[in-house]
Amino acid sequence: MTLYRDVGVVLRTYKLGEADRIIVFCTQNSGKVRAVAKGVRKTKSKFGSRLEVGSHVLLQLYEGRGDLDIVNQAELVETGVELRSDLTRMGRVASMLEAVDGVIQEGQANPAMYEMLVGGLRAVAKWDTALVTPAFFFRLLEAEGVGLQVEGCAVCGETDELVSIDMDQGGLRCTQHREGMAISPQAVLILQLILGGRVATALALPAGPAIFEVEHLASKMLERHLDRRLRSLHVFDHT
Amino acid sequence: MDLVVLAASSGVEMADYEQSIQELIDAFGRLPGIGPKSAQRITFHLLKSDKAESERLVSAVSSAVHKIRYCEVCFNFAESERCAICRDENRDPHLLCVVEEPRDVVAIERTREFRGRYHVLGGAIDHLQGVGPDQLKIRELLIRAAEEGITEVILCTNPNIEGEATALYLKRVLDIPGLTVSRIASGLPVGGDLEYADELTLGRAIEGRRTLEQ
Repeated sequence: MTLYRDVGVVLRTYKLGEADRIIVFCTQNSGKVRAVAKGVRKTKSKFGSRLEVGSHVLLQLYEGRGDLDIVNQAELVETGVELRSDLTRMGRVASMLEAVDGVIQEGQANPAMYEMLVGGLRAVAKWDTALVTPAFFFRLLEAEGVGLQVEGCAVCGETDELVSIDMDQGGLRCTQHREGMAISPQAVLILQLILGGRVATALALPAGPAIFEVEHLASKMLERHLDRRLRSLHVFDHT
Repeated sequence: MDLVVLAASSGVEMADYEQSIQELIDAFGRLPGIGPKSAQRITFHLLKSDKAESERLVSAVSSAVHKIRYCEVCFNFAESERCAICRDENRDPHLLCVVEEPRDVVAIERTREFRGRYHVLGGAIDHLQGVGPDQLKIRELLIRAAEEGITEVILCTNPNIEGEATALYLKRVLDIPGLTVSRIASGLPVGGDLEYADELTLGRAIEGRRTLEQ
């Protein structure tokens, strides 16, 4: 069996047998990797908390004969302590992980996606705003080739009075070519900041209804792209 | 999917077992952690062994299936409306330990350190699996905390992401005057080596250190 090293983020885990888990990673050099961590559920496991969902780890793995590799060693790159002590942040991280899990492919290196995810996790730890998840979703969609035309109307290029967003055409619409969902001027500004590369400015904005509007729009676009509901976004729907 | 159906659909020819044997293999094969080979091994072990032993197994399974239900107070497994712990009047009624599964009750009972009562949630909040508070026995817990004169709730959910999320949520909703909400401590396992501990566990162990008494 070949031994290899990589660095990655734990996207999700599945229980396996008595005390093992299948761990799904988003790695820097190998794309999505599925590997078995033996004995990880035991209290005396050498892995401890290193292979928990959202952990950023340096890995040593054995290449398995089938689809599953075997985790040999794991060292934490970042502890992410602050992400474990805040329920809201945990939800934001879970949504990012679920989104990446939905788009990343096994056996295809995608270092840009790995970098984006690590950046997203750091942003969740640094910024306490609901906008961090939609900002991540829009950047992810852009990387997937589902970008939005937000600087002007997708039909005529008009930059003033952008009043709606057409997901089919992938852009904002002016009053004359109004189509799709209505959008407020504040939400337009936020979209322009995020997709214009000024994410930090957007994240520093105070909480307001426009943020929830952008949040709703981002999750709707991502769910449409993935063609399924993101479970993590709806966990607290009925409470 | 049953092995026979699976084999038929994949064009694989299977050895012909008598129908009752095949049904038994399939039944064992549906149990968690038991693959087709193990299912065959268990089946043939039972067929070869003493009939009385097999009948004891049948009787034990049948008895558990018919007798066991959920305790109407704490949602632990019980043989009557209330489990043995909820019926025990020597238990401290002011202390409540919240766990994820009935097997966690057994694990805590083995320590002989806890003399209060339990509440079994039936799982944990799991964002990635879409398990939310409405799918757990949290509403029932809030009713108990408000009506049973409980003074302390100990959150004994697993020290993993799902367990932590559940504990954080419970801390938020158990905001009842006069009620203390505590979280089970986490740190190093007894008998383990310090050098193998991960940063998070070791950090928590240091954070939760205690003064040695003279």
